Amino acid sequence: MGHYILRRLILTIPILFIASLLIFAGVRVIPGDVCQIVLQIPEPAPEQCALLKEEIGLDRPAIVQYFNWAGGALTGDLGNSVSVRKGQPVSDQIIERMNTTLELAVLTIFFSFAVGVPIGVYSALKQNRLSDILLRGVAIGWLSMPSFWIGTLLITFPAKWWGYSAPVGYVHFWEDPLKNLEQLYLPALALGLALAAILARFTRSAMLEEMRQDYVRTARSKGLTERAVVSRHALRNAMMQVITHLGLQLAFFFGGTVVLEQLFSLPGLGTLLYQSVIQKDLTMVQGLVLTFTVIITLVNLMIDLSYAWLDPRVRFT
Amino acid sequence: MANTADIESVGQLPSFQGTSWRTTAVRAMRKNPAGALAGLVCLMLIILAFVGPSVAPHDPNDTSLPRLQAPSLSYPLGTDHLFRDLFSRIIYGSRNSLGVGFASVGVSLVLGVVLGISSGYKRGAWDAVVGAIVNVMFSYPSLVLVIFLVTVFGQEFLVISIAIGLILTPYTIRVVRSAALQVSSLQYIEAATAVGASDLRIMYRHVLPNVTPYVIVVASVNIGLAILIEASVSFLGLGVSSDTNPSWGRMLQETRNVWQQAWWTAIVPGAAISVAVVAFNVFGDALRDWLDPRLRGSR
Repeated sequence: MGHYILRRLILTIPILFIASLLIFAGVRVIPGDVCQIVLQIPEPAPEQCALLKEEIGLDRPAIVQYFNWAGGALTGDLGNSVSVRKGQPVSDQIIERMNTTLELAVLTIFFSFAVGVPIGVYSALKQNRLSDILLRGVAIGWLSMPSFWIGTLLITFPAKWWGYSAPVGYVHFWEDPLKNLEQLYLPALALGLALAAILARFTRSAMLEEMRQDYVRTARSKGLTERAVVSRHALRNAMMQVITHLGLQLAFFFGGTVVLEQLFSLPGLGTLLYQSVIQKDLTMVQGLVLTFTVIITLVNLMIDLSYAWLDPRVRFT
Repeated sequence: MANTADIESVGQLPSFQGTSWRTTAVRAMRKNPAGALAGLVCLMLIILAFVGPSVAPHDPNDTSLPRLQAPSLSYPLGTDHLFRDLFSRIIYGSRNSLGVGFASVGVSLVLGVVLGISSGYKRGAWDAVVGAIVNVMFSYPSLVLVIFLVTVFGQEFLVISIAIGLILTPYTIRVVRSAALQVSSLQYIEAATAVGASDLRIMYRHVLPNVTPYVIVVASVNIGLAILIEASVSFLGLGVSSDTNPSWGRMLQETRNVWQQAWWTAIVPGAAISVAVVAFNVFGDALRDWLDPRLRGSR
């Protein structure tokens, strides 16, 4: 077990190193004059330009720049914003907005499991019956709906029919939990429903596989109720597959938050990224992309480790 | 992505020798009418994108129409807040949405096939390097990568297509690699090596033709995903589209302030995206079932 964790941890380092290198290089190869792009004026004064270049670190050799930036990143210093939020530390901004995005993530995963897993299990138990075929059809259609469209419909129709809309002016969870949840449940539902369709498909195929295993027959023949066979034996094993697949979906999920936060005007990491892109805040964009990459890598790491913990076969090979 | 995961395990290819393509097509249609219908919708969408200007009832930027008209015979999908015909805009928009979709799948195929075949055939150190590249690519948040590249290189058709293509590449590599891995262990590869064929020749003449069915399947499945990502990007206003050059994602964003007033503006562009994605996904599934009988009925 220890050996496996160690190996998996060591594997994470080159992944993050290469990713950071790519992000760093990406910002440096921007075609055109950085001063013009960031300051968004056609002919910036030379002093202004020199100051900006010093700020981003462009006045030093690339290798020095990289190690300054990466070294800073390791200690939580991602430099300062160069655009509208001028002078403010990037990491402060990211930490300030992290909560909203993480809360959205937790709620989304909750919704997707609450909807997707029961549908997948039901579909598997009724394999090839009419209800299964219908649910599968719905899942394929659902899978094709962009989450921001589901969000659009969730904004438009409750407002049109019942005059309902979520309260405006974002409040943090610890200030007013109910109001905060009211602002977050619709975007989380929109993202969660999109994810639920994928989960339902995974759960169904994993359940079908597990229900054919010998241990299920053993459980049945020792007289367990069907409910116990399904929930305590088959589902438990099927969930491991589902969780692994979920890890692969995460990269897409975080992409979705950018659009959903924007649509529902939530001040999370996605909105910050969007604004920074519009304002050409290069240090902010750089820091945010790195943050997203680190989050995804860490979550995938946790999923792999939990998998090893759940499944002895992985642990010992 | 649900789909690409399923086609990773590679079965025996069906043999079509002795049957004409027409018989095969009719058989496939009978077996899977939904897949055939989806294929038809895909074909129609592609044709529509090509012949758009001649079939659109109005100019997409004609602002002389009545404002916010509900769908009717003269305006099949209604008009928007800027007096424009939504049906015509959907037709024109399909060029951006499908165009980026196809171009990005093209990018992912070139990269995926070259890296996938070479790593599956050569194995060893090169395989490990490609594996590492795939891992790095998987750890990038998809849309964030596109946004990042667009920030750096600008909102150009080529940039966005390459960015989305890069997102699709790791999935393509995995599918192609596992197919190539299986093909490479077959005897005729050994025979080709024995008569002194070079690696490049073997990969091009012997491995590539045999992994082509999987390449076709992964491409058709990826197109749906590419259309979705393009829609998200243009919804954020970071795509190739502009006020006068519509795309489906952008159309939804444009009408944001009139969604409640004019419900069709909230439905039409999203429905267009969904129909296209459903059609390509179902068609991709049908193709996979047809080309890979081992997976038939597994879902």
